[in-house]
Amino acid sequence: MSGKDLRPSGPDIQPDGAEVRPNRQDTRPAMTPGVRLGTVSFVWRPWNVLITVLLAAAAFLVFCLSIGIGDFPIGLDQVLATLLGRGEQVDEFVIMDLRMPRALAGLVVGIALGVSGAITQSVARNPLASPDILGITGGASAVAVFLVTVSGGTAAAVVNAVGLSAAALAGGLGTGLLVYFLAWRRGIDGFRLILIGISVSAVMEAITTWLLATADIRDVARAQAWLVGSLDGRSWDEVRVAIWGTLVLLVVVGGVSFQFKPLHLGDDVAAGLGVRYTRVRAVLLLCAVLLAGVAVSAAGPVPFVALVAPQVAMRLVRCPTPPIVASGVVGALLLIGADLVARTALPIGLPVGVVTAAIGGPFLVYLLVRANLR
Amino acid sequence: MGAQHTVTEVAAAVDATRLAADGVSVGYGARTVIEDLDVAIPSGVVTTIIGPNGCGKSTLLRTLSRLLKPTRGTVVLDGDDIGRLRTRDVAKKLGLLPQAPVAPEGLTVADLVARGRHPHQSWLRQWSSDDAAVVERALAMTGVSDLGDRPVDSLSGGQRQRVWISMTLAQGTDLLLLDEPTTYLDLAHAIDVLDLVDDLHESGCTVVMVLHDLNLATRYSDNLVVMKEGSILAQGHPRDVITAELLHEAFGLRAMVIDDPVGDRPLIVPIGRAHVQLP
Repeated sequence: MSGKDLRPSGPDIQPDGAEVRPNRQDTRPAMTPGVRLGTVSFVWRPWNVLITVLLAAAAFLVFCLSIGIGDFPIGLDQVLATLLGRGEQVDEFVIMDLRMPRALAGLVVGIALGVSGAITQSVARNPLASPDILGITGGASAVAVFLVTVSGGTAAAVVNAVGLSAAALAGGLGTGLLVYFLAWRRGIDGFRLILIGISVSAVMEAITTWLLATADIRDVARAQAWLVGSLDGRSWDEVRVAIWGTLVLLVVVGGVSFQFKPLHLGDDVAAGLGVRYTRVRAVLLLCAVLLAGVAVSAAGPVPFVALVAPQVAMRLVRCPTPPIVASGVVGALLLIGADLVARTALPIGLPVGVVTAAIGGPFLVYLLVRANLR
Repeated sequence: MGAQHTVTEVAAAVDATRLAADGVSVGYGARTVIEDLDVAIPSGVVTTIIGPNGCGKSTLLRTLSRLLKPTRGTVVLDGDDIGRLRTRDVAKKLGLLPQAPVAPEGLTVADLVARGRHPHQSWLRQWSSDDAAVVERALAMTGVSDLGDRPVDSLSGGQRQRVWISMTLAQGTDLLLLDEPTTYLDLAHAIDVLDLVDDLHESGCTVVMVLHDLNLATRYSDNLVVMKEGSILAQGHPRDVITAELLHEAFGLRAMVIDDPVGDRPLIVPIGRAHVQLP
């Protein structure tokens, strides 16, 4: 067939072909040339799986370290023994009753935020999209600050009845759904979703700021603590809800994840490939909103994890689109790592939210700059 | 016996229309773009939809491919109402290349083409040796096998379009709908892509496309569908359809239609206001 001989004349082939190709083969041994198509899906997967497993191992290590470190230090071997049910009674009490809820909360919140971010960025086809700008965090914050600062009978009654976290969760989900429905116009368009999300979030932030500016100073301090996002003082009950919620949502995401790849190519192409994209996207976005909601209810609005985790995962795994599993693992690693740093290296009482932004931001910048230098 | 044979042949030819629109009206919101249109796409040939900007060419193609749902009438694919088929079953029969698709940055050619197999895969069976063979064939047919590990965004416009056509081929359908496959391409690359389309036609594909360039449409199609304001003005072989009168009626274009010095089809020479020396 005549189409087989590639246009040798192409002035466009030479500049790229001469530079990029040899370079690529040197620096990316894991990405063997894709021409060998019998292995297309296996060619890049070993790297993907290897990195994901390494990241998971790192997350587990930090998890164990985080459990061991504290006023009553426990060695890594003792932690492992206790986790396997063969530890001493004292260790078991400290670990299972005192420290485990906090560590597990970090793990679950990190996974939920990472996966939620990966979905949002995939659906919007935009790396700037994250649950933070879809109104979830903004709405939850506004509701929480309102309940903390407005000293009225009703507000106190609400907090007493359902708890601050649950009320904030409701606020976040409500705002997320509002954004979703406002953005709906014969389907969901990525840019429209982001613009409306930013607008609604801005309104919520304005409300939050106004409440803080007019409130009593003691209430402001309490509200501020909630606003930064923290893992302090988590109870088993709170953590159990977050774990189950996240697990159920992850199963749903796993079920529809197969339809993910064509979605990255745009609506028309996805439809041409037999994907009912409106429905798939609605399910995925709903999962993302709920995952972010679970995270907010468990740890407050921890900033930046959902935005940065998928981007970091993409670059580590060398995947052109946000990888779901790796994003969750990176999110967990980032969150419990940040919590560990916050507790050990920094003055006591600094909430995890401060550190996630401080670690995650520079690391993403580093990955981007490194890609530039190549 | 002989007469009967002829009847069967005629019936076969009618059956050979695999894709047809039957009295369709399509619109966006309150605006109707296409009104009560009938068209049958003949099998095994290249059909090109032409017409002035905004006449509903792309809308018709999108309706035929089920991207748009007609407000009235039906699109029939292999005897079934396309609106009643499952999206996935349509994707197994009909390959679609939308206008100016964009791949995620860094996605490799092999990965993109492999995604064309999606309609044949399932949650459990996400990749098989069948898929690999089909993708390999699709890459070879479009002449991009050597580019397998290159990111799609690093390619030139012409190469990129070949890759997208390759993805559509990997879908494994012999019915291809291409929406302006030569958009943004210079003439050399446009010819290159259309030669590829002709290769696909030679290998047995039925192709329906939308083109802007009338001379390219005339050169590369066996069947032209000329549209104006949402309805079909003329349909048939370029030799029968392309006349100065038709061009004036459809496009408001003054033109001279001459014999193509290098082909067996008409050639359109537009007559504007400037630089024209009429005899």
